[in-house]
Amino acid sequence: MSNLNAAVSARSAPAEAPPIAPALSGRAARFRVDARLLPLAVTLALFVLMFGAGSLLFDGFFSLQVFLNLFVDNAFLVVTAIGMTFVILSGGIDLSVGSVIALTTMLSATLLERHGVNPAAVIALALLLGASLGFVQGLVIQTFQIQPFIVTLAGMFLARGLCYLISIDSIAITNPFYTRVSALRFSLPFDTSISMNVVIALVVLAVAVYLAHYTRFGRTVYAIGGSEQSALLMGLPVARTKVLIYTLSGFCSALAGIAFTFYMLSGYGLHAMGMEMDAIAAAVVCGTLLTGGSGYVIGTLFGVLIFGTIQTLIMFQGSLSSWWTKIVIGLLTLVFCLFQKAFERGSARRSASR
Amino acid sequence: MRAPSLGVEAVPQPLRRVMRKRIFWPLATLALLLLFSLATNPHFFAVTIRDGHLYGSLVDILNRASPLMIIAMGLTLVIATHGIDISVGAVVAISAAVAATLIGGELVLSGAHVPRFPLPVVVLGALAVATLFGMWNGVLVSLVGMQPIVATLILLVAGRGVAQLITSGQIITIYYSPYFLIGNGFVLGIPFSLFIVAAVLAVLAFLARRTALGLFIEAIGLNPIAARFTGIRARSITFWVYAVCGLCAGIAGLIVSSNVKSADGNNAGLLLELDAILAVVLGGTSLSGGRFTLLGSVVGALIIQTLTTTIYSVGVAPEVTLVVKALVVFVVSILQSDRVRNRIAALGQIGEAAP
Repeated sequence: MSNLNAAVSARSAPAEAPPIAPALSGRAARFRVDARLLPLAVTLALFVLMFGAGSLLFDGFFSLQVFLNLFVDNAFLVVTAIGMTFVILSGGIDLSVGSVIALTTMLSATLLERHGVNPAAVIALALLLGASLGFVQGLVIQTFQIQPFIVTLAGMFLARGLCYLISIDSIAITNPFYTRVSALRFSLPFDTSISMNVVIALVVLAVAVYLAHYTRFGRTVYAIGGSEQSALLMGLPVARTKVLIYTLSGFCSALAGIAFTFYMLSGYGLHAMGMEMDAIAAAVVCGTLLTGGSGYVIGTLFGVLIFGTIQTLIMFQGSLSSWWTKIVIGLLTLVFCLFQKAFERGSARRSASR
Repeated sequence: MRAPSLGVEAVPQPLRRVMRKRIFWPLATLALLLLFSLATNPHFFAVTIRDGHLYGSLVDILNRASPLMIIAMGLTLVIATHGIDISVGAVVAISAAVAATLIGGELVLSGAHVPRFPLPVVVLGALAVATLFGMWNGVLVSLVGMQPIVATLILLVAGRGVAQLITSGQIITIYYSPYFLIGNGFVLGIPFSLFIVAAVLAVLAFLARRTALGLFIEAIGLNPIAARFTGIRARSITFWVYAVCGLCAGIAGLIVSSNVKSADGNNAGLLLELDAILAVVLGGTSLSGGRFTLLGSVVGALIIQTLTTTIYSVGVAPEVTLVVKALVVFVVSILQSDRVRNRIAALGQIGEAAP
């Protein structure tokens, strides 16, 4: 129970997740704060290490543009992974994100190219569709108390199937607004630039950090992840929050889908295949516990950046094949899970020995 | 996080009826689907003998469903321990890649194709590698204590990379004809893959129902701590269950690669894990662990394949299958949920009390 009290009083220490173990005496508590930030610090250090190694090994790796390209090429993943982080923080999982992205690209492409709908209306419609898909999934999960895993699996099938109902082939987008946004670059100092997607991703990130750490909604999410039973007993709006979490994730996926449409300029049912796993892995790598209740939204950004760095490293290396990306990402996820496990055991032993 | 079950299972008297019900609903679904297919295509049930082999839609469904049936059986045991294995598709790809690599992909234009290794070595090698990957999952889940979905997620992500590593990113075509028996051949007029399915079912059903192993697995799924206190070696059983699931995926990989005569690290067994989970759920095994039915999962796999074949034969775009599958999962999981079950059980009690 006490960890939930801590969750509610998180206003005083907004940047921290609620402690995993009960509140402790002064010295131990200070250690606990460090320990909680440890996964985040490790992720950050790993990112710096990998980027540094790349800079030492390859000419032209150490440049601001290479760093910024990590954002440019992975902006949509950042947006999805942030939605996913909220779901995972609450102890759930959302497998439908990849296919919702594909559905968004497909819907946008067909509405723009075949029906000549106004881009603004298309974007609004896509966001509405994503949010409603998430809402329905959340509603089913909450009302019937079914595992999120199986419900979002069905959502995944549904969204992919709907893509193919629209069209089996890829649809190229030639709409002037979309092509202009796709080519749009915001200049930064030192001859570098970022795309519109990066701006979208950064705005989403800022909003998500605010939501997670400075609002009642965010604290309720952490509380549900810590223990749903306790959150209920505390009188927190568990049902409403859970439905909202999946709605948020659906909305983020649709937004990521729009960013993906800008990036690819086409709609295709096979887009973003398996991206749900990338998003989950990004959240895990940065120390979000899949059991819920612990983790940071900002960490997810570093998770995605680490992925981007691995891809860039393999690209610069040249002779390594693309499948090494998958193997390295798998191994990294493993290392982080083992690390989390050791950390959990350590804290369990400490609290048991007292 | 399961709601207290005050359903029919607690009552010993209707226990048998519930047992029958478990396999009854999947079978009824399958029968309904088959009847629907018959309505759209009068020749659907027709089975003819051509070249001494059985031919027909039903034989085709059985043959095509065989990899899924085998995987679903392995997965049933995993799910019964309250676990999940989402890496089976990746293990299928790995097993296919190992088999294709051991055979070797050079096309010999004159004379018979000579494989790099004899067929038994090829089969055993692929199965051994697949079992090793299953054991890897088992170690992570039972010894390290990782959540099953995370542990197998790692292999799901990395496994496809490993498969491509084995085949060096190529799609290896298999030219060695004796290997085709596994997925394409006929013995006594019946597809050979069905013999494999029958053998796997027989072995697993024997282990689960004629020994205490099935009971132990159910006990672990219902309450692992209680199971350990009663003296069940929960860790080692969980470990072996994952190893068996890997082995099943390996067998399926052999069938798949033999059927399409190639190994594609990227696409072999893609999304198969989801179909397998669907088959298990359709078969009546609850995702929250505990009681399981191997035969139900086999029927579940047949339902999925019948659905696909029916949609093909009706002439709708095959991609629509996904939408139908999605709706089926929604309906079945809602029907299986504690809330709906309790309501139905309550209705049944009122009905029983009335007369």
